[in-house]
Amino acid sequence: MDNVATAEHTDFEENTIAHTSDMGHSTATVSRDVRKTVGDIEAENPRMICRGVNVHYGDKHAIKDVSVDLGKNEVLAMIGPSGCGKSTFLRCLNRMNDTIDDCHVTGSISIDEQDIYDKSMDVVPLRAQVGMVFQKPNPFPKSIYDNIAYGPRIHGLVEDKEELDHLVEGSLRKAGLWAEVSDRLAQPGTGLSGGQQQRLCIARTIAVSPEVILMDEPCSALDPIATAKVEELIDELRENYTIAIVTHSMQQAARVSQRTAYFHLGDLIEVGSTEQIFNMPRHQLTEDYITGRFG
Amino acid sequence: MNDTTQKRNTMEIVKANLAKRYAREQRFRAYGIAAISLGMMFLLMLFISIIGNGYGAFMQTYVKLDIEFTADRIDPEGTRTEDALSAGNYGGLVKDSLKRMFPNVKKRTPKKQLYGLASSGAAYQLRKMVMDNPDLIGTTQSIWVTADDDVDMLVKGHIDRTLPEADRRMNDSQISWIERLEKEGRIEKRFNITFFTAGDSREPELAGIWGAAVGSIYTLLVTLALSFPIGVATAVYLEEFAPCNKWTDIIEVNINNLAAVPSIVFGLLGLAVFINFFGLPRSAPVVGGLVLTLMTLPTIIIASRAALKSVPPSIREAALGVGASKMQTITHHVLPLAMPGMLTGTIIGMAQALGETAPLLMIGMVAFIVDIPGGAFDPSTVLPVQIYLWADSPERAFVEKTSAAIMVLLGFLIMMNAIAVILRKRFERRW
Repeated sequence: MDNVATAEHTDFEENTIAHTSDMGHSTATVSRDVRKTVGDIEAENPRMICRGVNVHYGDKHAIKDVSVDLGKNEVLAMIGPSGCGKSTFLRCLNRMNDTIDDCHVTGSISIDEQDIYDKSMDVVPLRAQVGMVFQKPNPFPKSIYDNIAYGPRIHGLVEDKEELDHLVEGSLRKAGLWAEVSDRLAQPGTGLSGGQQQRLCIARTIAVSPEVILMDEPCSALDPIATAKVEELIDELRENYTIAIVTHSMQQAARVSQRTAYFHLGDLIEVGSTEQIFNMPRHQLTEDYITGRFG
Repeated sequence: MNDTTQKRNTMEIVKANLAKRYAREQRFRAYGIAAISLGMMFLLMLFISIIGNGYGAFMQTYVKLDIEFTADRIDPEGTRTEDALSAGNYGGLVKDSLKRMFPNVKKRTPKKQLYGLASSGAAYQLRKMVMDNPDLIGTTQSIWVTADDDVDMLVKGHIDRTLPEADRRMNDSQISWIERLEKEGRIEKRFNITFFTAGDSREPELAGIWGAAVGSIYTLLVTLALSFPIGVATAVYLEEFAPCNKWTDIIEVNINNLAAVPSIVFGLLGLAVFINFFGLPRSAPVVGGLVLTLMTLPTIIIASRAALKSVPPSIREAALGVGASKMQTITHHVLPLAMPGMLTGTIIGMAQALGETAPLLMIGMVAFIVDIPGGAFDPSTVLPVQIYLWADSPERAFVEKTSAAIMVLLGFLIMMNAIAVILRKRFERRW
């Protein structure tokens, strides 16, 4: 199945390229080599630097030579059609792909000038440093309090109960959930509504004070009101954290991000400021995607 | 126009078929109900037959005898030491009592038959009384003693009094004695405490299930102590840590095969390895437990792996995402969520082990053991083997003991399965 789909896409890709060159598009710097990323991959103030990242799932080449920076206090949105590898790439950033047996990552991803795929790198502190929020809200089947307290406890971030209470409260406040749950911290986190659960998951991530937060379609399971709250929260979090968010909603990317990266079939096609990507895409594929011609 | 006719046609076709479709559904339901009814019928037959046969075993016939505790019989030398008291001729007291009641019986054979009315256990009962209270010596007491199993059977109506004398186990004079005793109110059926407190015996009226129950408990404790940790550890390793390769495939196939190996093979293995090679004691619950561990392991491993598989990956991701190590993810999140499934599998495995007979025959747990085992290294038997032994015994009274033992075993099984259900309900968590 997969192979067929890939073959189709490849045809499509070639057609598109042929098509664009025939048209002689003048505004876009169309390159015959789709693997070359268009735009500025470098951030002004980089927090994480990825260079030449390739991911293979067994024989499948899922991410092809992707280079991009994650800037400090900046939200990087990753968009692209399904199966383009944006989630895969995101999961490389805190090595969540390690859990997949035949996943193989090459290239360099570094945080604080330390390559995270280096042998000396321990994934446990890395994941505390680079937190993650998942597509489906996944609170632990424990109390709200324990959900937040779990991370700090296992990392030994707090000395006593009082400090932990403070940390839990602080995290919930930052996630904008404190007012809603302060009187029922002992109740199970799974009893909250979907939007509250997702904010609980964000609070849980914040509780271990990461520097980078990765979000994998955090709003795809939420209704518009809950989505708005989470988006607002993301905007607030930007002040203190570096954020990378994968999203299917281009409106969302436009609303929350400062920079946007467009992925297509494992290639990073174009990176640039969100404004530029949505108003003046330089690559034909990007334009086709954001104008809704496919995807 | 054309469109509407076609539409009507479609509807008509659908409607025409509808009855057939519903009929099919009805038939399918009827099959299901028939299957369940058949199953319930067999179950009912089983219960009726077992309870009908076995309820009598919970009552036991007793005879009231006027026992004269003569010092001559008990302690002729008058030392009153414990040794002397325990060596006394208590059987003689029973005989004296019966002789006094039926002075006309003179011949040797009828005398023997007369003395046989009371169980041989009566002498032990008297001895215990005297040992507890030596002041009884010299007094005369009316005491209810256990009747012989033939008396019991007669009283319960399992021996037909109308049959010709040669065809029944008791002759006319024996029956007449019993009838006289009944008339005097000296025969009574009481709740059979012996059955629940004694070990096995050659005398049906003295045989009890407790020895086998204790043997079963020790055996199951050994089984549980070994198979649960080993099974869970295996399942966790295979499910969470093991790489996917040829070796793990081979292990998986073997585990599944092991679940289908006939249990007698495990018994032979236990005999060869645990008893002959390691020199563990024969007939001991520890060996039984080891053998049953081998048998139960596949069940537990397969159930535990299924339980681990059913823990949603999102929970693992959540734990890994906040920086939990793999071990922490498993012990803090995956195992607690998988525990109800694992416990259910374990209890089902234990229930299976409780009912297992064949492998235990091979390791000598089929021996005739009177004592209640005091530990896992004492010789003992188990409930299903006890049932087998009693079913094999010729005495009529063992028929009802067999059924009663089956009832006790079923009671244990129902209890264990109820615990499994409760545990599952109690620990089940939704996410």
